[in-house]
Parts: sequence; C-alpha cells; structure tokens
Amino acid sequence: MWDHEIRAMASSHAIIAASVFMATVLPAVVLPGFSVYGSHLLWIYSVSGAVTAVSVAVFWLLGITPPTKKHTLGYKLSRLFRSCLYFFLSCLFFHTVVVLYGAPLIESALETFSLAVLLTSLTTLRCLCVLGPNVQAWIRVFSRHGAMSVWDTCLQITVACTVVGAWVGAFPIPLDWDRPWQVWPVSCSLGAMIGFLTGLVAAPAWIHYHRKQLTYKCK
Amino acid sequence: MKVRSSVFASFILIFEVIGVALFLRGFFPVPVKSSFSSKSSLSDLPAEPLTGSSPNSSRLPQPLFKRVVIMLVDALREDFVFGPNGRMFMPYTRHVVERGSSHSFVAKARPPTVTMPRIKALTTGSIPGFIDVVMNLNSPALLEDNLIWQAKTAGKRIVFYGDDTWVRLFPKHFMEYDGTTSFFVSDYTEVDNNVTRHLDSTLKRDDWDILILHYLGLDHIGHISGPHSSLIQPKLLEMDDILKKIHSALISKEAEGSLPYLLVLCGDHGMSETGSHGGSSEPEVNTPLVLISPAFKRKVGMEQPGVVEQVDLTPTLALGLGLPISQNSVGRLIQGVLEETSLRDQLRFLHLNGHQLSCLLKDSVLEYEKDPGFEQFRVAEKAHGNWMKLYLEGNTSEVLTNMGKKVLKQYLEALAAMSSALSKQLGKYDMYSMIAGMVFVFQLLLVLLLAMPEALSGGAAVDLPVLSALLSLPFYLLCLLLASVHVLVCTSAESSCYFCSLSWGLVFAAVAFSSAMFCILVSIATRRLPLGPKIHGKSPLRSSGGEWSLSELDVLLLAGTVGHTLSLAASSFVEEEHQTWYFLLNTLCLAVFQDVCRKYFREKRGSGEEEEHLLPSKDSHASDHPKAEMYSEKWLALATPPFTLVCCRLLRSLNQTGVQWAHLPDVGHWLNSSEHRMVLSLLSAFCLVLIYLLVQRRCSWVSKVALALGLLGVYSYRAAVGNVLFPWQHAGRTTSKGTVEARFVYVFVLGILFTGTKDLLRSQIITADAKLKSRGLWEIYSGLVLLVSLLFRAHNLPVLCCCLLIQTLMAQFIWKKLHYDAAQTTIMHYWFGQAFFYFQGNSNNIATVDISVGFVGLESYVEAPAIFLTALSTYAGPLLWACHLVCYLSSERDRSPVAVGHGCYCLALLRSVPAAAYIVLVTVLRYHLFIWSVFSPKLLYESMHLLLTAGVCLVFNTMEQSHSSSKS
Repeated sequence: MWDHEIRAMASSHAIIAASVFMATVLPAVVLPGFSVYGSHLLWIYSVSGAVTAVSVAVFWLLGITPPTKKHTLGYKLSRLFRSCLYFFLSCLFFHTVVVLYGAPLIESALETFSLAVLLTSLTTLRCLCVLGPNVQAWIRVFSRHGAMSVWDTCLQITVACTVVGAWVGAFPIPLDWDRPWQVWPVSCSLGAMIGFLTGLVAAPAWIHYHRKQLTYKCK
Repeated sequence: MKVRSSVFASFILIFEVIGVALFLRGFFPVPVKSSFSSKSSLSDLPAEPLTGSSPNSSRLPQPLFKRVVIMLVDALREDFVFGPNGRMFMPYTRHVVERGSSHSFVAKARPPTVTMPRIKALTTGSIPGFIDVVMNLNSPALLEDNLIWQAKTAGKRIVFYGDDTWVRLFPKHFMEYDGTTSFFVSDYTEVDNNVTRHLDSTLKRDDWDILILHYLGLDHIGHISGPHSSLIQPKLLEMDDILKKIHSALISKEAEGSLPYLLVLCGDHGMSETGSHGGSSEPEVNTPLVLISPAFKRKVGMEQPGVVEQVDLTPTLALGLGLPISQNSVGRLIQGVLEETSLRDQLRFLHLNGHQLSCLLKDSVLEYEKDPGFEQFRVAEKAHGNWMKLYLEGNTSEVLTNMGKKVLKQYLEALAAMSSALSKQLGKYDMYSMIAGMVFVFQLLLVLLLAMPEALSGGAAVDLPVLSALLSLPFYLLCLLLASVHVLVCTSAESSCYFCSLSWGLVFAAVAFSSAMFCILVSIATRRLPLGPKIHGKSPLRSSGGEWSLSELDVLLLAGTVGHTLSLAASSFVEEEHQTWYFLLNTLCLAVFQDVCRKYFREKRGSGEEEEHLLPSKDSHASDHPKAEMYSEKWLALATPPFTLVCCRLLRSLNQTGVQWAHLPDVGHWLNSSEHRMVLSLLSAFCLVLIYLLVQRRCSWVSKVALALGLLGVYSYRAAVGNVLFPWQHAGRTTSKGTVEARFVYVFVLGILFTGTKDLLRSQIITADAKLKSRGLWEIYSGLVLLVSLLFRAHNLPVLCCCLLIQTLMAQFIWKKLHYDAAQTTIMHYWFGQAFFYFQGNSNNIATVDISVGFVGLESYVEAPAIFLTALSTYAGPLLWACHLVCYLSSERDRSPVAVGHGCYCLALLRSVPAAAYIVLVTVLRYHLFIWSVFSPKLLYESMHLLLTAGVCLVFNTMEQSHSSSKS
C-alpha cells in the first residue's frame, strides 16, 4: 500500500545508519587515541552531531516535515528557534530523568548531560524533523492508536527502541566485572545506540510485514 | 472443596514457610563438634610416644608462661598496626613489633565477622556456623569446651574488663569482672574508660593469672564515621598508651627465675571501608595478632607478618598455659612461640595438638583413616616415638637433631592438613532435607500458579479437589512410594540428616501432605489442560476481562517481577539488590506518569470518543464537579508521579547501602555527625509533624490525641538518647537510655491499637458499618506508624514521612482515578515496599540489621520483645506498604468486592516466586565462592520476609472474612 514510502524510509534509515558508522570510524582514523571507551564523550558528540546533520538533511530532502502555513522568513526563523529551544529543553528533560534514575547529581554531570544530548539527538530530533515543533502532534503520536501515517509508526518504533536500549544498557552497571564499558555512561549510551540502530532496521521491516493490517485515520 | 483466594493464599504461604524452614535446617551446616559432650581433661591426654618400651609420662610439658594479658581491641584492623600509618597510630606497639621480643601475625578471622562468634572462636577454637549469629543475638552461656573453662578448672585466676558479651558467655568464670555494654554506639570514650579505670590497681596486684581486656571504642568509631575518620588516630594512640602501660608494668613485675609473661594484642575482626563489619572482605577479615614475651627472640627490624588463622591462638594459649586444648578446636599451634624451647618439648606440644585434631577428625569425618592429614599424623607419631627412643638413650649427635627437625616438619604438615579437612567439614550440606523442603515449596508454588485464573476471577474462589485426591488410588500409592524412599534414604545415608531424625508421625504427615498436594496438582492441571493454550498466552492481570492485550504497565510489572527473580542468580545483583528495586520503581513511576498524561491530555484535546468508551464512569463523574476543582485535581494528579520520583531520588541518597558504593558519603552520615545535630533535630521535628498531619485525617479524635502525644514522646525519646536537641534542655544533662520516654510511647501505641481493634470488632459484631471498619483499620495502621517512628533512627524519619506522603498522594490521585485493578495495585505496593526496605538503610548483609532497636524501652535484654522489635524495624518498609494495601483495598470494596482476595493472592504469589526460585539458586550455587558471604544472608532475609508475608496474608484473611460476614 505504501511501498514507495517504505522504500524511502528504508533508504533514509540506511543513510542514517551509515552516518553513525562513519562518525565512529572516521575520527578513529583521523584522530590518534580515539576510541569508543577511552574518549567516550568525544564519540558521543561525534555520533550525535552526525545523526543530527544527516537526519535534518534527509528529512528536509524527503519533504516529510509538515508544510508550513506561512512562507515568510520570520515564521521560518521562529520555527527554527523553537526547534532549537525544544532540543535544549529535551536535553534538560533527559538529564533530569537520568539523575532521577540515580546518576550522581554533581560529580559526573558532564557525562550525564552528554548521554542526554545523545538521547535527544536520537529521539527528539526525529520528532522535530517529522512532526515539527508542535507539542500537540507529539502527544498525539505517542498516545495509544495515535499514529496517522507510516512515518508516525516508524517514529514510535525507533523512539521506543532507543529508550528501551538505554534502559537495558543500565543493567550491567552494578556487576563487579570491572570492564571499561561498565563505566558511567558508556553502557547506557551504547545501549541507546544499539537500540536506535535496531529501531532503524526494525521499523521498515515491521511496517512492511504489517502493511495489510495498518490502517490510518485521516487527519 | 471451594476455598476463597485469601484463605487459599495464606494456607499455601504457611506451608511454604514450613518447607523453607526444613530447607534452611538442611542448608546451614551444623558446626563441627566432637560427639562427646564432656570436656577434655588433663587425665586423658595421650602419652608421649616412645617406641619399644611402655609409654612414659603422660604429663604436659612445663607451661611456657606464668601470666597472660590478652588485650582485645574490637575492630582492630591489620593495617592500623602493620600498615604504613601504623607508626603514626600506634608508635609504641610498632616499636615493640620491630625491635622488641615479640611475634606478629596477621590473623584471619572467619566470616561472619561479628563480635560474639569471634569471641566464641577465640575461646573454643572452633568456627561458629553462620546460623550461630542469628540464633544467638542474645548470647547465653557457652557450654562448649573452651579455654576459659579449662583455665578456671586448672585453678587459674581470671580477671576480665570490657564488653559484657564475655560476662554473659562465661558466667562465674571470672574472679573479678566489670562488663560494659556496647549499648550506645555513639559513645566511644566512656566504654573504654570503664575498662581502663581498673587497670592501674589490677596491674599492681599479683593475685591473677590471666587478664582479659576488651576495648569497644574503636568499633564504635568505625560504625559512626568509618576507618578514615579523624577520631581513629586519638583512639589508637590511647590504645597504644594502654599497651605501653601494661607492658612496662609486666616488665617491672618480672622476677628472676619464674616463668615469663605473655602479652597478646589482637582484634576480634577488622572493619570495612565503610566502618561496618560482618562480611568477608579483606579489611574485615584481617586482624593483627602481636605476641609479646621475654621468652621470644628480639626482633631486628620490621618483617612481613606471617598469616595465621584466628583460631590458632586457642591451642597456642592453651599449651602455653599448660592446659588441655579444648575439644572442638580446629586451630593449630603457632610454631613461632615454641622457638626457644627444647626440641623435645616442641615435638611434645605438636603431638598434643595433633592428637586433639585427630580425635576431632575421627568424630566428624566418616572415613577419617583415608584422610591424608590423619595418615601423615600417624607416620609422624611413629617417627616421634623412634626419635624419643634415641633421645632417651642419650644420643646427642647431629643426626638426631636433623631427625627431630624432620619429625617437626611432618607434624606441622599433618596439622595443616587435618585443620583444613576439618574446616572443609563446615561446607557439608544435608541434601536430603534440602531436597525435601524444595519439593514442598515447589508443589505449593505450582498449585498457586495453576489456580491463578480461578483465584483472580470475579468469584475469587479456588476449587481444590481435596476429597477426591484423598480418596484416589494414586494418593495411597504415592504415600507408599515416598515412605519407602524415605526409609531407603535414611537407612543408607552416611552423614546425619535432619529430616531422618524427625519422629515417624511427623514424617508420615509430611509424606501424606506431599502426595496429597501432588494429586491435587495433577487434577488441577488436567482440568486446565483443555483450556491450556488459551490460558498460556493470557495475562493474569487481564484475565477477568478476557482481553489479550497488555498495557505497557502490565508488561513492565510482569517483566520487572520476572527480571528481579532472575537477577538473584548473580552475586553482584544480590549485593546491589537495592539498585534493581530503585531502577524498577523509577520506571514504574515513569510508566504511571505516562498513563496519567495520556488520560488528562487526551481529555483536554477532547478528541476522545475512545475515552468515553474506556472510562465512562470517570467522565460522568467529572461533569458533576465544578471546573476549577477538576483543574486542580488534574494538576495534582500530574504532579504526583514526578513528586514520587523526586522523593525516591532524595531517599536514595539518604542511606548508601550495598557493597560497591557503600563507602560513598551519604546524607544519613552527614546528619548524624555531631555538628549537624541542629539540622537533624529540625528535620525530625518537621517529619514528626508531617507524619501526624498525614495520619490523623482518618482517625477518631481519641486516636488523634494519642497519636499527637505519642509522636511528642518519640521526639523526647530521641532527645533523651541524645540524637536530637530539646529546645529547653539543660546543658548538663547526660544521655540516658530513654526507657521512660519509650514506654510512654508504647502505652499510646497499645492504646491506638486497642481503639482500632475495638472499632473493627464493633463494626463486625454490632453494626455492619463500612465506615467504622475502615476507620478501625486505619487506626491499627496508624498505631503501627507510631511504633515504627519510635524505632527508626532519627535520620530515617524522612523515609517514614515520604512513605506516608507517597501513599496518600498515590491512593488519592493515581490508584483510584486511573482505575488500576487489585492485582496492579498489589504489585505496585510490593515494589514500593521492597524499595523502602532498602531506603531505610537495609541491605542483603546481616551487618546492617540494627540490633540496638531491640533495647528501646527495655532495661535489659529480653528475648521475645527484642526479636519482635528488631524484625519490625527491619521490615518496616514492606510491612507498612502491605498494611496500607489492606486499608486501601478494603476501602475500595464498593468498587470491587473481591479486591481483598485478589490482593492477598497476588501478594502470596509475588513473595513465593522469588523465594522458591532463590532456594533452587542457592542449592545450585552451594559451592560458589560467595555462598556464605552473599547468598546465605540473602536466604535468611528471604525466608524472614516470607514469614512476615504469611502473617500479613492472615490479616488479609480476617479482613475478607469479616467482609463476607458483614455482607450476610
């Protein structure tokens, strides 16, 4: 039914996954002493930067972002500004949640915030790209039976996978194995990343296999 | 036979408790004991071996020492003396260790590193089992053969000053004693001064042979502020001065020609990096042992101290004083002590020690003759005899000395082998009892699980085919089969087995019960079978509606319960179990938050033909209310989960627990330090006021007054004990035990409980008034809250406060408004209860149990109330949440009449699944390295929790009974 859209989704996901891969490999080649564990914060920033840039470009080129009503420059600027604001607020939100989960409040605030930035660029940024800075639409998509298009379903799946990945990533922290990836926040950010990649693969596949059952209400 | 779910659940739980008790009896090994209950005496000592002629004298060699002073410093860690800071902490001791005539060792204590078992180990030489700690919170007189008894029988005069555990263990053994209680952990000067004040006069006198000093101050400092606090150094310097004083007094007393003295400095256990003890980490286990006597060679510089077992001191002291070694000792002689004696005496001492160990080995190991240590000992004994023969013939050649040295070496090897074989005995399990207990528990659990669809149905009743099972042929066949298996196992068992030693009547009852359970199990299973596949996929939570879909919350609740059970297999997850619960609780709160958001925000958008279909009652209900009220209610409901999250985060930093991060500073320690007493006072006063405000809402006015006075009493108790400041306190007032204040509170607790019970009874017998009844229940609950607020330490009052606050908010805005069913509410209550268990500072380690609670309001130790109070305060979190569940579910009765039954069933299921799984895990992991330090304390906690849950289920039961009676 939505073959065209599914194909577009699969290819865009492939591009995003490739960007994650490049963001891990390129600095390792260019910068001496770069590694995923050793310079973890650098890796987080490189990956989130790459994902941000590539998703914005891909979704803008695909034209999924809801059409703006007005075409004035001022309106566009205000949208851009609001998007940035939401991005920052979402970073703060994730930071708060992670602290509530028991991350130290002051000691490793930078690490915690980096994790929040990564989570934001993997989840909130996609929402911003697909739905625009429109909180009502977000609430709609994330409530039960709220998806109105293939892209909404895809968004649900990737966001859920990322968050669950980060959640599962916290499990090995109490184990006394003394491995480098048990250091805060390596396991969580790796978990989020793996969850995100899984989501990228799972979303088109799931939609492809359930395309007969999926029905969407019109707007 | 149709049974209500609550009756069914309590029945199952009670029998599970019995099954677990049987398992525990098999799991915890009985300590190695000689089969003779008598004590060893000088007359049955073996003769000195001599080949050829009849054995010569059986007398002991000349004792090595005339007087012994044992200075035991509680929680003295090895590095306090031998470590890099040792020179600073204990300069004189270090000097003696390095330059004086002394021997120094690192003595390894066996876990549990708690004072009482350590004292037992030091005096009897045996290794007290883990269960000893639990069974002997109160230490009655030690009846085993021990060093002190031997010394007294031999006419030695013993003087003791220090921890009164000794006085209780050895009543009437001391010529002179003064026991100090370790009652107030906050006191670390007075306890030691009480010991030192006798020292001067005692040291001047000559009328004693053994002087034992037990200093508690260092241990108390460790508990208050850890091993790196600034209080440690002055305390250690004080100990050093005392040692110097004793040493110089002993030197001045020493007379030419008589036997030398021996001064022993030792610790009973160490302290961990947090300052607690009880576990088996290196700093807890390693204690210093310094022996000072002119009989030893003078040292020429610091050497690396050798490693010995703590129990090795016992035979050394016994032989040094010319006493028989106590029967159950597994220690071996410290050879360094003998270095200045003649070879003949050395061999004789080692022979005596070896003989005692081989006797013990004969008693406790079945095939002792094949034991390598025993064989080695026999060989060495023979060689000893040959050597003696040559020696007595007057041979003094070099060859003889070399031969003697060889015998010595053989003896030492034999001693080491026998000692380790005996220690290994401790790890033997009574597998038959364990398996029997496990089978019971699993049968019950399976019945519980299979009955789920019926128990959670609208009728909340389970149909148990008891009669048909009892009259069936398989039942009798099974009985016969099991009885024959029992006979077979018991007659062929090599080692002693508890289940076999039970009387025949009991065993037969157990066999009949087990086979009846099996028949019931099979018949229920066959009843389910046709529906099997349908039920398999069905969730227990939604079974009433017959829907297949699970909400996110249901998935989380199920996954959390299963995941937690699985996590118990890893020792780190057991040590850090609090992390699991905090994590799950946080996720739960976020899931609830999402539910709330979904409900209120979708409503606001008004796009909900679906909501009307989902929540018809809510909409009709809301339309009656004025708009403003609904608005505030919405925001309160939205704020509740985040508020809960913030509360949990704050409580989490109140008490650091577990193992890995336990050393991190926490708010509790900060509050307890003396300079923040003002903050603590204000905080606890604020908490008590808040507790009053939260609890009084639903009480009668009598209970309100009683509660207010009771909470005032709690504050004055804390002030009397010295934890908090009283505004108009006299400056010179000393701290007391606060017995009067505590009893004052007890009176009000009893009063409130009485009023509550009266209300409950009245609502049942005279009028079937639901309101009166829920008030009665709430009053009982508030009595419990008052009792807990008395028992909690002052810095833990915020835990209680937050508990009440979260309960109130959740009940008002979440559970009622979001229409969670009884099963979901029960699981949430259980999770909160578990998390609060750890919030109050508990862990899966025995060391965190606060025993001092058992003395609140009592002048001296009385066993029954002390155990009750300790259990209550340890399990306060889960108990308070379970009680709140009873209150909440019975107040919800008009919405769902079977809620109480469902809640009881779910609680039983939630508790028995991890308990049963844990029993299997422990059995599988019984040879794990951490079995004694990590898994077995957790096993005790689990079984205790199971017992308490059985009690709570009985309360549920009575509540439901009264429901049905008030209905009819």
